[in-house]
Amino acid sequence: MLPADLASPLWSWNLVADFQQMWSFPFMVNAFRAGTIVAVAAAAVGWFVVMRRQTFAAHTVSAVAFPGAAGAVLLGAGAVYGYFTLCIATALVIAAVRGRGDREESALTGTAQAFLLACGYLFIALYKGLLEGPQTILFGTFLGITDGQVTLLLCVGAAVLAILALIGRPLLFASADPQVATAHGVPVRALSVVFLVLLGAATAEAGQITGTLLVFALMVIPAATAQTLTARPAASLALAVLLGLTATWAGLAAAYYSPYPLGFFVTSFAFAGYVIALGTRALRGLRTPFAVTVPTEEAA
Amino acid sequence: MSRIMDPATEADERRVPAPGADGDGPVLALRDAAVRVGGRTLWSGVNLRVDAGEFTAVLGPNGVGKSTLVKLVLGTVPAAAGDVRVLGKPPGRANHRIGYMPQRRAFDTSMRLRGTDVVRMGLDGDHWGVPLPFPGPRRRAARARVEEVIELVGASAYAHRPIGQCSGGEQQRLLIAQALVRRPRLLLLDEPLDSLDLSHQGDVAALTGRICHREGVAVVMVAHDVNPILHHLDKVVYLAGGGSATGTPEEVITSATLTRLYGTRVEVLRASDGQLVVVGRPETTGGGHAAG
Repeated sequence: MLPADLASPLWSWNLVADFQQMWSFPFMVNAFRAGTIVAVAAAAVGWFVVMRRQTFAAHTVSAVAFPGAAGAVLLGAGAVYGYFTLCIATALVIAAVRGRGDREESALTGTAQAFLLACGYLFIALYKGLLEGPQTILFGTFLGITDGQVTLLLCVGAAVLAILALIGRPLLFASADPQVATAHGVPVRALSVVFLVLLGAATAEAGQITGTLLVFALMVIPAATAQTLTARPAASLALAVLLGLTATWAGLAAAYYSPYPLGFFVTSFAFAGYVIALGTRALRGLRTPFAVTVPTEEAA
Repeated sequence: MSRIMDPATEADERRVPAPGADGDGPVLALRDAAVRVGGRTLWSGVNLRVDAGEFTAVLGPNGVGKSTLVKLVLGTVPAAAGDVRVLGKPPGRANHRIGYMPQRRAFDTSMRLRGTDVVRMGLDGDHWGVPLPFPGPRRRAARARVEEVIELVGASAYAHRPIGQCSGGEQQRLLIAQALVRRPRLLLLDEPLDSLDLSHQGDVAALTGRICHREGVAVVMVAHDVNPILHHLDKVVYLAGGGSATGTPEEVITSATLTRLYGTRVEVLRASDGQLVVVGRPETTGGGHAAG
């Protein structure tokens, strides 16, 4: 993954020395900055994605990031703008198409998604001989992240978190219990549109680190893991952010000290956390008595 | 988004309504009300007055528009004719004084929220912004209120479990707590007994009757079967055949009234234990079903 001239650095288990060594390279400092911003924003938005069961919408938005980035590169505009433009545009289209139910639009979304992916493939072919080309867009990279890119990620990430903090409580209400939320005057439809835009922005951010195919590593896995471990909303949201950060930092370090790609490590660490969480919950379920009382209630 | 600009709404929500704050007028009044959905008049000429501490049931066959009556009171469906007043205001203006429990919503097992969180949402789930992360008097008051209302419905034992893992009856109790947490003056319950087994139906009915008569909350309950709630009821609205009848259960659930409403011969029989059975209703669900 690293350029050959950096030799092959060795992991020493002395964390201070290891991080000092990584951070002696500006590109690694930028990689950690960008990774941190992206991990926090994606985990926070992803927590609501999991709570609202909108992973298919999230998948669609992340899939169209590929033609977005490829098209922008082809036009000479820079992949970053392609990510944001197409992700947010897609989020708005999903919001517009979505009727009352969530099922009707899935066929349409799938159709449009396939077509857009094909376009992305065409753009890559048209561009010919693009450096790492499709692989970088699809599976991510931590090389060559510029200061300007970090600033843009920070601004968008901060905006996403600020809006999420403002609408968080009504959004949770609308997600868990839309009918009662409506009766309490929560603008359920408007919140759903705003949330899809946040989803688009966060996906565009995460796509630049993990690649468009592995966005779920930072968006869905940490949130799913946290919600497996606890049913307390504040605790699981905080835990999701912490897990996302841990997977990102561990993934960056592993990718730096090994010849294997970043996307693999981030996803694998996050996945390992999820498996451990499932195991923990299964063990707890065996021990807690209420798991036994539930069936008797139903049978009564 | 507009609500954040609306200081009146915010102030109203913070104020804990004292009983009788709105004077002695009826909690709910319908005069010759009619509802039209998709160009079809569901029912018309409905008259109803519900006072504080009264338990009213809305009965009638499937698809007659019982839930629509609840939506009319909430202001989400407009009245096609007549006059509707909720706490002296047009529908939709006093929703913060109404506890609403929609028809059959079970949280599936993957819902990772605790019962207390669901109840808490009823209290301040519609507020914008993040609550302060440190303990203060308002936060203590909110927690105390949530605990109090959970205690009231007898759900303390399982309120800290994920709600998806609670049984149907447990979820219903928690949802009633959610509807009660803001100390509403009117409780709208849409088929809360549906899909509960008989013993739980009796429990939830008794709980609702207790809340209604002891706490002075007016209750309007949509019901499919009148028998579990019969002993607690003060009033009945029976919707059928586009018309309606209102009165005490003894007045309304009679062979004469139902025959007039359905336009065909219907007989109401009373079993030895006081249960009512309606016979000959045009579209009975499950043949010879109980009244309602």
